[in-house]
Amino acid sequence: MLSFIGRSIIQKIITLFFVSIVSFLIIHLAPGEPSQVDPLNPKFTPEMVARFREAFHLDEPLYMQYLYFYRDLFTGKTISWKDSQPVLKKIWDRFLNSLPLFIVGTILTWTISFPVGIRSALFRGGIYDRSSTFFAYLLISIPGFFFAYILIIFVVTQFQVPVIGMETFGIGDTAWTNRAMDRIWHLLLPSLLGATGGIAVLSRYVRSQMLEVEGQDYVRTAKAKGLAPDQVHYKHALRNALLPFVTMFGLILPGLIGGSVIIESIFAWPGMGRMAYEAILARDYPVILTINFVSAVLVLIGTFISDLLYLIVDPRIRL
Amino acid sequence: MDVNPHTDTDTQDYQLDEPLAPKRTRFEEFWRLFKKNRLAIAGMVFFILFFVVAIIGLALTSGNDPFLDPALVRLQEKLRPPLAKPNFTMLQPDEVPTLGVYVFGTDDLGRDVFARMLQGSWVSLTVGFVAVGIAIIIGIFLGGIAGYYGQRHIQIKQLIVGGFLAVGLLLIIFDLFWVGLVLLICSSACNLLSFLIKKSADAKAKPAWKRFWYFNTISVDTLIMRFVDIMLCFPSFFLILTVVALLPASIYNIMIVIGLTSWMGTTRFVRAEFLSLREQDFVAAAQALGLNDYRIIFRHMMPNAVAPVLVSATIGIASAILTEAGLSFLGFGVPPPYATWGNILSGGKGFIFDAPWLTFVPGFAILMVVLSFNLFGEGLRDVLNPKLRERN
Repeated sequence: MLSFIGRSIIQKIITLFFVSIVSFLIIHLAPGEPSQVDPLNPKFTPEMVARFREAFHLDEPLYMQYLYFYRDLFTGKTISWKDSQPVLKKIWDRFLNSLPLFIVGTILTWTISFPVGIRSALFRGGIYDRSSTFFAYLLISIPGFFFAYILIIFVVTQFQVPVIGMETFGIGDTAWTNRAMDRIWHLLLPSLLGATGGIAVLSRYVRSQMLEVEGQDYVRTAKAKGLAPDQVHYKHALRNALLPFVTMFGLILPGLIGGSVIIESIFAWPGMGRMAYEAILARDYPVILTINFVSAVLVLIGTFISDLLYLIVDPRIRL
Repeated sequence: MDVNPHTDTDTQDYQLDEPLAPKRTRFEEFWRLFKKNRLAIAGMVFFILFFVVAIIGLALTSGNDPFLDPALVRLQEKLRPPLAKPNFTMLQPDEVPTLGVYVFGTDDLGRDVFARMLQGSWVSLTVGFVAVGIAIIIGIFLGGIAGYYGQRHIQIKQLIVGGFLAVGLLLIIFDLFWVGLVLLICSSACNLLSFLIKKSADAKAKPAWKRFWYFNTISVDTLIMRFVDIMLCFPSFFLILTVVALLPASIYNIMIVIGLTSWMGTTRFVRAEFLSLREQDFVAAAQALGLNDYRIIFRHMMPNAVAPVLVSATIGIASAILTEAGLSFLGFGVPPPYATWGNILSGGKGFIFDAPWLTFVPGFAILMVVLSFNLFGEGLRDVLNPKLRERN
């Protein structure tokens, strides 16, 4: 156990090192330079460009820039090129905005997909199963931005509520109930959109897991000895079908920082995805690289947690 | 059959000539199973339809004097609803739409949405197929190496040669030209050295340093799968967005970038298939016959491993089309006068209440195409998977 943990931590640190090199190379080898972002801006004189290059080590060779960047990142001193704010603080602020979207989206995904998947596995081949299968494919295939506009048109014309942004502009002084309802309306659509893909994929996965367990001998034994169907399905079968999903708690961790670029742009939600998009447009390399690095760290931690959980919940796995 | 083969030799010959089970070719068998799945059939029909429309669309909307001009601006005819008749009194003779009607309406610059949709269908088709083609080629290559040669170990000498080569190339990229060049020369010198050692060291017992020179380190499999792990650490849409935004705007860059960031799944499938196939008897027989590795891999193992690749390719095309649409929606990729479904939708986002057809026409087109690819792919998966196949 301890040796497994030790080995996988070392492996993940090596992976992280290569990820940092690859992402740094991708960003810095692309054509164009951050100092030439705005050539038409009259304030951007050659002296300004020179000072800019000096301040951010852009005159140094690339391997020195790499060392400088990751030294700054680990000491927490990285600053954005665009507004000279500390990058980690910027990311933290935006992360707090994205967090409600992530939490509501995750709750929706997990509470909707399990009942749907289990039910369609129990009534395999029936009308419910076939229609939920078709809807799952529909939700996987629909482009998020198109679905967003359908929902916006629907909600705005039917319920007459504004949905863009985090709250209605200038709502400041009304009663707290109004403000709370306003926040909920603004939260609902983007988190629902963020959850659609997850609901579709997860419910299919629940269905196939459940089908596999229902086909096993011990379930047949339980039925044969005359247990009530509910007890067979929900006590004997479901508990074993749930095993792989325990480990998926680790895999949702990367979603924390991902944020959806497209959804957040449509709803003008000032979250992580939107910040990443703005940073790409402005060629704000420190922000792009930091987001990339943090999300790689989260992916690795996520897989590590899911491996550990698998070890804990499944006694069949021995090291 | 109740005929005793020991007494009746004629019947025995007859039996040998014609097997008892009804003989079906692989394709007939496939089709027999596939046509039971109605959703998959619908997906395939739509898939073929899309193919035909995209090719006709390319023919009708390209060239100097296209049959339907997707770029013709008619400001006096902007935001006309679908199936609206053009206002002939306001138009110059050469501005009148060829079909005499705006089938899908016009956009905010008075361009014919029908013509733009046709032009965009070709973009979606090529992006989907080329990106997935790139991903499949890389995936089969790396997965095949990891699966077939995976147990071989990389020796110290190969590590030294490769290390010098990689560091040298990196340093040249990292603006240290001369040091990099020296390392490259070191690399080729080591290569030459190991070649000479091999020539001379056949008969004699190897001394310690030579044993070190040929010492086994990590296996090929570990190397390739760690590389897959590294690639999987990147948030994929964000990575694609970054690279596409930094590179000059062009449809080819999008294809290449989507292809280069989506080969990991195929690699894993092909590796897993190859790992199980190489233990099977027909591969051992082929090896015993003295066939070369190239022939074993591509003629004997690949046809058996192609099913999961085909399925993941079909579904990969769907997700590549979605990614491209998302990128055009955000305003990256294909330069503006050229239409894609994503940028038609993006152009219509300011008018969702006044001109909803600008959102719904491209949105439904993307939805239908992606859905048909997904359904077709899932149908293929069911048919090609022998475990799920019911016996007749």
